[in-house]
Amino acid sequence: MKIELTPQQASDKASFRAFVDNYIVPHADRFDRQQSIPLSLIKRIGKQRYLGLHLPVQHGGEGKDMITLGLLHEEVGRGCSSVRSLLTVHGMVAQSILRWGSGLLKERWLSRLARGEVIGAYGLTEPNVGSDAQSVETRAERFRDFYLMNGQKKWISFGQIADVFLIFAHCEGKPTAFLVERDSPGLSIKPISGMLGTRAAMLAELHLNDCRIPKENVVGREGFGFSHILPITLDFGRYSVAWGCVGIAQGCFEACIRYAGERKQFGSYLKDYQLIRKMLTDMITNTKAARLLCYQAGYYKDVGDPRTLTETLIAKYFASTMVARVANNAVQIHGANGCSSEYSVQRYLRDAKVMEIIEGSTQLLEVSIAQYECQNLALT
Amino acid sequence: MDDPKEKIRGYFARLFRNVDLQDDTDIFATGFVNSLMAMQLVMFVEKEFDLTIENEDLDLKNFNSINAISSLIKRRSAVRV
Repeated sequence: MKIELTPQQASDKASFRAFVDNYIVPHADRFDRQQSIPLSLIKRIGKQRYLGLHLPVQHGGEGKDMITLGLLHEEVGRGCSSVRSLLTVHGMVAQSILRWGSGLLKERWLSRLARGEVIGAYGLTEPNVGSDAQSVETRAERFRDFYLMNGQKKWISFGQIADVFLIFAHCEGKPTAFLVERDSPGLSIKPISGMLGTRAAMLAELHLNDCRIPKENVVGREGFGFSHILPITLDFGRYSVAWGCVGIAQGCFEACIRYAGERKQFGSYLKDYQLIRKMLTDMITNTKAARLLCYQAGYYKDVGDPRTLTETLIAKYFASTMVARVANNAVQIHGANGCSSEYSVQRYLRDAKVMEIIEGSTQLLEVSIAQYECQNLALT
Repeated sequence: MDDPKEKIRGYFARLFRNVDLQDDTDIFATGFVNSLMAMQLVMFVEKEFDLTIENEDLDLKNFNSINAISSLIKRRSAVRV
């Protein structure tokens, strides 16, 4: 056993960190206030080939391993969770096509997604449906050479700007995943603002009224939306979010180390107080533990081990619950400054809360990890 | 190639310890299969037999019994060769 980045992975991580420090960190609080990410930054991210990092070279990607992908999502998460959300949902769409798309869909979409020429977004949740995904109310009916879709999707990250959506619907009783293009007749998009966290993720509602979708836009086959497309896309999303949580926690720690080394109270720097050190120790320990769980999940992905599905659930559960505590303590260490918009830790805290809700709520994972891990133990 | 059934039987025997699964038993009819298992089964087949399940293979008939999975593996392996 060897837990160490390869020289290439370490070099990639350093490049990701430099990019994030140059183009994201200095502006992330402004993105949060403005509730949007400039298209120029998204184009720059595309130019860096970060939107197709793990996609095969033959499909226009960089062909990087899943550990390297995780390192990118950690670094971007450290800078701005909203930007990391873009990598998440875009990657979920690309992953669905890569894994279960027809040759036609792969040819039509993957290289453009890899280059960032088109942006993908994920359409699962609805006004009445969150964790209970199988109860989606959106319906699709086959009509001649296309489908007609009716329903509403809500909380769709980057729905305001995405070019293509992966939409889950019941198709004559069969759960099915569809690619729906932004300019499809019958699709209208309404921006959502005023969220607690990941405020720059440009959320939207999608209204599908007799929305016309070509028959070849089914991903996988009719009836396999929940059994095969949903699990692999959510797995990608959870993996990304888990790494993003590690990034937020790392950001919290680095902010606290800086602040505790500059701020004096009662004649001593905060870093010299034992109760402050305890909080820093908890941050360090929990961040490293979460990162190791992410490495484990990533390793299983790279070797095609089915246990990656539960390891990713575990990584996401641990990382999202720990980062909520870490960010809370980061604000505590910063005191009143931490509650002000002059310091990024208040953003980290708001973003961290969202991590416990998206891609499987804490409570859903608390129920399912035990069930699935018992199943894995049977297979060990 | 060797008959893949032995490995598939072993996989299901570990998964469903108290269920008497015959080669032609409909595993979906047992009621024990959840969505995680469906995807894990695909990953098991791909890793164990070094092949790729494609979107055109997404048919319950290809996965609903040990016999069906074995046939799918043989077909996919033949394509690969």
